[in-house]
Amino acid sequence: MCGIVGLFLKDKSLEPRLGELLSAMLITMTDRGPDSAGIAIYGDAVDGQTKLTVQSDNAEEDFASLSNDLSEAIGTSVSLQANDTHAVLLLDGPRAGAARQALAELRPEIRVMSDGDAIEIYKEVGLPKDVTERFNLAGMRGSHGIGHTRMATESAVTTEGAHPFSTGADQCLVHNGSLSNHNVLRRKLMREGVQIGSMNDTEVGAAYLTWKMQNGASLGEALESSLEDLDGFFTFVVGTKDGFGVVRDPIACKPAVMAETEQYVAFGSEYRALVDLPGIDNARVWEPEPATVYFWSH
Amino acid sequence: MQTYDVAADGLRGLNATLQAQKQETNQTRWEVVNPKGSHAIAVGLDAPIDVTVKGSTGYYCAGMNKQATVRVVGSVGPGVAENMMSGTVIVDGDASQYAGATGHGGLLVIKGNASSRCGISMKGIDIVVHGNIGHMSAFMAQAGNLVVCGDAGDALGDSLYEAKLFVRGSVKSLGADCIEKEMRPEHLETLGDLLSRAGSDARAEDFRRYGSARELYNFDIDNAAAY
Repeated sequence: MCGIVGLFLKDKSLEPRLGELLSAMLITMTDRGPDSAGIAIYGDAVDGQTKLTVQSDNAEEDFASLSNDLSEAIGTSVSLQANDTHAVLLLDGPRAGAARQALAELRPEIRVMSDGDAIEIYKEVGLPKDVTERFNLAGMRGSHGIGHTRMATESAVTTEGAHPFSTGADQCLVHNGSLSNHNVLRRKLMREGVQIGSMNDTEVGAAYLTWKMQNGASLGEALESSLEDLDGFFTFVVGTKDGFGVVRDPIACKPAVMAETEQYVAFGSEYRALVDLPGIDNARVWEPEPATVYFWSH
Repeated sequence: MQTYDVAADGLRGLNATLQAQKQETNQTRWEVVNPKGSHAIAVGLDAPIDVTVKGSTGYYCAGMNKQATVRVVGSVGPGVAENMMSGTVIVDGDASQYAGATGHGGLLVIKGNASSRCGISMKGIDIVVHGNIGHMSAFMAQAGNLVVCGDAGDALGDSLYEAKLFVRGSVKSLGADCIEKEMRPEHLETLGDLLSRAGSDARAEDFRRYGSARELYNFDIDNAAAY
């Protein structure tokens, strides 16, 4: 099944409440996905700095001297903000690639969840309520974010199998549905040199979009071509530095509802997820069309 | 008028209360407030009562309805009036996928648009949509009437049996074995009656009728090579 929520704020005065609104939406979608939950939140970009969100099952030990070790390895200043099993590393300059390489050497057990100017990804196994509490998602601010509650079908219930998946700098993907050609596509992408870490179908979808964009496609073009190349059921929501996009497969059996007001654009797998948003009673509410790419950006 | 607050008193209590109404109940008018998109609101009713839901609902609103009139002042999620037997369901807003699926009888009115698979496998229900419908509507529809005042999406009436489809606007494409058919006086009469009961001022003469070519009913030996 799975649940997806997304909130893109047009009204800056709501930005301090982004985490609170999105967490409540996510918790409403618990019975669509009680296995794991995750959120990608965009905010607090600082000019000249890059953010890496990392995760470790052994956070206390792995994060202890990480900022110093990484700073030494890549020759730039690094600060670390730990948040339970996750930490945000702030790097001076566009050093995400170097940091990823150095991390693989310094802390091979650490997983890089995302990199970019604004994106942070938090995801773990467990009920959405517990996941949002352990990271204090309700206290986070930002301009937009997407969240996912997972009911696992195609691969195990693990942190790696939780959504969102990073698809490139400041980009991520969440998915409701199941891809039926992910094994053949995984082999094809791996022959092309794309790294894929898990047996999860959505990670293949994310890797596919990344690969398309590395070969010159825009995100919109990559999403258009996913309608041709991906077989199966999907409602995708993608996050970018400036906004978010939605696309549903041509059969469109995975539900989706959108709402727009002067203050925001919101996405929910069900209308239930949207009912507590401010001004929802007067929002324009509609169901996104099948095989149509939608985008909102600042 | 009885009022039931879903937020305060819960969904199970709502359905238990409405389902407990007897044929000769004196509590014939109900108002349901704070539905907040909940699933399965006012399902399995079997008494001549009139229920108004003030707000939008989730999946399967008014499913399996018998006798009752259910009005939704808002939009509905997937499967509204699924497997309805009799009675009337009226939605002021839009309906999500498979509205009226497998319905055996009664009248479903959608005043906005209905999305994909509207009337899938309908078995005698009448459905009137004031707006448009999505793709694969009336798939394997067996009996009843589907009336669309706006446009229909792809593959209308695929693998259709004997349901009658009436569309005023454009049809993006017809599904396998669905063809346009002649509008005879008895069809105009049925259609006019349905439009008036559904509160539509559309004219029956402006519609086209679609139905089964009946080519899929029997195996055609000339197609053996295709299998």
